[in-house]
Amino acid sequence: MPQLNRIVLDVLKPHQPSILEFASTIADQHPNCQVKITVSEVDEKTETTIITIEGDNIPYQAIAETISNLGGSIHSIDEVAVNNVAKSET
Amino acid sequence: MLDELRFLFKLTSANDIARRYFVTNGFDGALTMLGLIMGFYSSNSVSITVIISACLGAAIALTVSGLVSAYISESAERKKELIELEQALVKNLDDSAHARAAKLVPFFIAAVNGLAPLLLSLFIISPLWFSFFGIVFPFNPLLLSIIIAFVTLFALGAFIGKISGHFWLRSGFKTLLVAIVTAGIILSVEKLL
Repeated sequence: MPQLNRIVLDVLKPHQPSILEFASTIADQHPNCQVKITVSEVDEKTETTIITIEGDNIPYQAIAETISNLGGSIHSIDEVAVNNVAKSET
Repeated sequence: MLDELRFLFKLTSANDIARRYFVTNGFDGALTMLGLIMGFYSSNSVSITVIISACLGAAIALTVSGLVSAYISESAERKKELIELEQALVKNLDDSAHARAAKLVPFFIAAVNGLAPLLLSLFIISPLWFSFFGIVFPFNPLLLSIIIAFVTLFALGAFIGKISGHFWLRSGFKTLLVAIVTAGIILSVEKLL
């Protein structure tokens, strides 16, 4: 069964919450996910960020909802890594 | 629920705004009480019941004014900020924490703005209440209320000084000076009448 293990998102977000709070909230709501955020551009009211999430079987839809709840807008999915886990292992 | 509220307040810097409103309207309330009580003290011929009624009336008016004005202005400000943020993000934020904050935070700030003058006023006129319920003071309860008003205004100044990083004692004496000047003007005007 294919499982998402890594995803890189291009996200436009407001300055508040800060990237520290942003990453902490995602990690808090989705245990076993490692979150890394890099700011690539800063505008007057927004900042463009690259969010990298790694973990076993990442729940993408739930993470997208969390990002949306924090005011973020997913512009694109820039990278994914999917593993096909054999049924006997699951 | 508490974590969510804390998060929303942090998101909008609501604590800083509420603190500012608390000091501003609290100062209004304390100075209004000082003015009223100074007036009654210098006239020296009004019953405690009338003084309490007048002070309570003024405190309630300040409370309602504080509640309504802060809610209207904060609500409009939050809506404007949310629309600007939506335009910058090119996204509807109806389901976001920002939209929830825009709805909830004005209520919190209005409550602080309204309750600050009420609570400080009730504190300042507390000797009058005690006197009304039969507790006898060795001196005029109005004088005690005036002293409490001075102390309250000094404390508000010291609080401002502490949060602004200035020397709290100096800031406290500044507001105390304002209170003394106000009391002096009231006494002067009363003597002219």
